[in-house]
Amino acid sequence: MVNPNAVRAQVEGNFLQTLSRTLHEATTFDRNRVTSVDWASYPLPRFTEVPLLEIDLIARRDQPPLGAGEAASSPVPAALANAVCNATGVRLRSVPFTRERVKAALG
Amino acid sequence: MARYLLSVDGAHTAVEAWDPDMPLLYALCNGLGWHAAKFGCGLGQRGTCTELVDNLPARSRLLKMSDAVGRRITTAEGLGTPDRPHPVQAAFVAEQAAQCGWLLHQRHGDVRGRLVDPHAQPPTREQAQGALAGNLCRCGSHDRVLKPVVRASGQGRA
Repeated sequence: MVNPNAVRAQVEGNFLQTLSRTLHEATTFDRNRVTSVDWASYPLPRFTEVPLLEIDLIARRDQPPLGAGEAASSPVPAALANAVCNATGVRLRSVPFTRERVKAALG
Repeated sequence: MARYLLSVDGAHTAVEAWDPDMPLLYALCNGLGWHAAKFGCGLGQRGTCTELVDNLPARSRLLKMSDAVGRRITTAEGLGTPDRPHPVQAAFVAEQAAQCGWLLHQRHGDVRGRLVDPHAQPPTREQAQGALAGNLCRCGSHDRVLKPVVRASGQGRA
């Protein structure tokens, strides 16, 4: 790692943005137009719901450096869906996992 | 065209405008060239346009310029200098608390306005989260931003 703190920042950002996508974010429409047109109608996580983050970096000095960007985002929806499945036995396959979707999936 | 005398970062400066209802933000970033004042959503929803008005955070997009006359406006440029940063700014640098940085200056305002009191106990993480709840971050720097908030508190010059 060339700059471990920057790698950490990238992991944090990718994790939190994907957490947001997985739990909240979706563009909404009515019959004619997009209805999520500002930050009041398009959901984003607030500071109040951001969890404490613990990130472990593994230095692999024998490997060439690569970008540290979006790789950290991929496991987030899968991990959350696995947690829901583990707790309830129900597998969610579409993000965002909104209250309505979870309730519908639980029957 | 009417002239409005504004006090920005300790300097008295005049802005000419046709419309007394023009948002303070437009006067800052257009008429006066104060680059720390940022246009974000243009609706006052996200926190990008937060400045200190009489030491309290206010959305400059939602404040009429004519209502800002006679009040003390502080942007991030007025908080400190590169040589002598405000403790909030120094803490943000020490914690490298930025991603895209668009809301950075406004967070300085929110933090400085709401939390930095030399006589108070440092805020808990939960209190810091509450103070920044109106600051909508798109790049995921939340956790990183909460650290300097606690670090900067109780360091004086508030």
